Amino acid sequence: MSAPLIALADASFGYDAAPVLSHVTYAVEAGEFTGIVGPSGSGKTSLLKLLLGTAKPQRGTVVRRPDVAVSYVPQLETVNWNFPVTVAECVLMSRASTRLLPWPTQEERRDVAAVLDRLGIGDLAGRHIRELSGGQQQRMFIARALLRRPQLLLMDEPTSGVDIGTRHEVLHLLDELHRDGLAIVLTTHDLNGMAAHLPNLVALNRTVIAHGAPSEVIVPEVLERTFGARMEVLQHLGMPVVVDGSDQVRLRPVAG
Amino acid sequence: MTLWQTLLDPFNYQFFQKGLVAAVIAGALCGLIGVYVTLRGMSYIGHGLSHAIFGGYAAAPLLGIPVVLGAGAWGLASALAINAVARTKRIGADAAIGVVTTASFALGVALLTKFGNKGPSFDALLFGSINGVSTSDLLLLAGALLFAGAVFTVLYRAFLFSTFDPEVADVSGVSVRRMDALLMLVLSVSILATLKIIGVTLVAATLVIPAVVARMLSDSFSRMLWISTGLGAAAGAVGMYLSFQLEIPSGTTIVLVNAAVFVAVLVVTRGQALRRAGGLDDHVESGAPTPLAGAAR
Repeated sequence: MSAPLIALADASFGYDAAPVLSHVTYAVEAGEFTGIVGPSGSGKTSLLKLLLGTAKPQRGTVVRRPDVAVSYVPQLETVNWNFPVTVAECVLMSRASTRLLPWPTQEERRDVAAVLDRLGIGDLAGRHIRELSGGQQQRMFIARALLRRPQLLLMDEPTSGVDIGTRHEVLHLLDELHRDGLAIVLTTHDLNGMAAHLPNLVALNRTVIAHGAPSEVIVPEVLERTFGARMEVLQHLGMPVVVDGSDQVRLRPVAG
Repeated sequence: MTLWQTLLDPFNYQFFQKGLVAAVIAGALCGLIGVYVTLRGMSYIGHGLSHAIFGGYAAAPLLGIPVVLGAGAWGLASALAINAVARTKRIGADAAIGVVTTASFALGVALLTKFGNKGPSFDALLFGSINGVSTSDLLLLAGALLFAGAVFTVLYRAFLFSTFDPEVADVSGVSVRRMDALLMLVLSVSILATLKIIGVTLVAATLVIPAVVARMLSDSFSRMLWISTGLGAAAGAVGMYLSFQLEIPSGTTIVLVNAAVFVAVLVVTRGQALRRAGGLDDHVESGAPTPLAGAAR
């Protein structure tokens, strides 16, 4: 068995005196497809930063295999969609560190066209990024990430703020990429729409609460420890479905 | 004197010829850098840096340092200080600019009031002047334009990436911190070189207006660079000519020409261009979503 792509061992991280992650041990294996779930402030983004290498652990270690290329896809909501670039120009940005001059080489043109075709948006290369639908925007950023030929794709809330159709589209696409051998780790707060569909989950709340298949992680005990609230889990077509089991949040109709 | 002779009269004067060349270079330089400044949401930094450099202008002769060197170093130090403070995210860039640059400007005014001025006149520094553009000023401007052109050509992709998406650029092999510092260096050198022509109070407009007009006219980053640079140069030339004819400070006329172009584009496009520049266009849904063929597992 080969070494993990990235391994965190007893890693702790925080800002100033406030700990965000504490004693996290987690290894990203080649070809895995994992969702990191947890409430707001649970450290999901900080864990991504440790995996990306943009943050250093204050305690413990993060070891990345030297030959591993990692690409990152940001949240769509953080992007300035009015920025004056076309789809092809945006995708080509991932070659910024390999060629200095502005104009692309023939090989780069071919590579960009190939990756856009692979993701089904080849005919949109000359469009302004604002003109894309939510699913196409996500495809464009995945294309930019894939142009670096990564072994690992890290994504921050890839379905945050998108409609159901787009969420299905993104899930479908990520599944295809995973089947082609790409390791994918993403964060999500969407238990039913996203997490339940993934092969592996990490339940996180400052530390790893549980790690495994959805059937092992999406269970009331783990969810209560992770989210701090009681939830019921039903089974629907062989997949877990989370429902809020707390009586206190049920609103009663106003009399009269 | 015929109308034709009146129109061509300024070109008989060497000081005007030098001023015209300087204004064209200064306009092009500000137009080029302005694209990066406005797209990074740093429009106010030009205003702030010019005020900071004013402090250096006043202090350098008193310290026995060449004005260009002293004011340049002062401006760069201010720019890096603003960048460093803004990066901490505890204080926003606007507040950092406000603190660093107004303090520097106040120091400059205090020094000039107390010890007098050994360089360009106070009014010329504030509003720009057609007079007294020397060969060394032209060389400084040409050098600044060449420097900025070389930096933005060789590092075109890195600047584009770090301007559009600094978070991802940083993890994709582009040193955003280095790009930021380099942009501050180019900006400081450029403001220093153009200050005499355009003036402390008006530099910001020559950075912002051509870039905004270019954004109104184009959805392409590379075309924006060309339009903004060309428009800046043309506004510099026309503004300098009007400065001579109307006997108004050159910085003022250059900014007014830029503003007139902005209004003209706004009127001709009936506000559509402004919506593009302001990101007010509706989100366009296009293309059918891929059907979900089974669970992604």
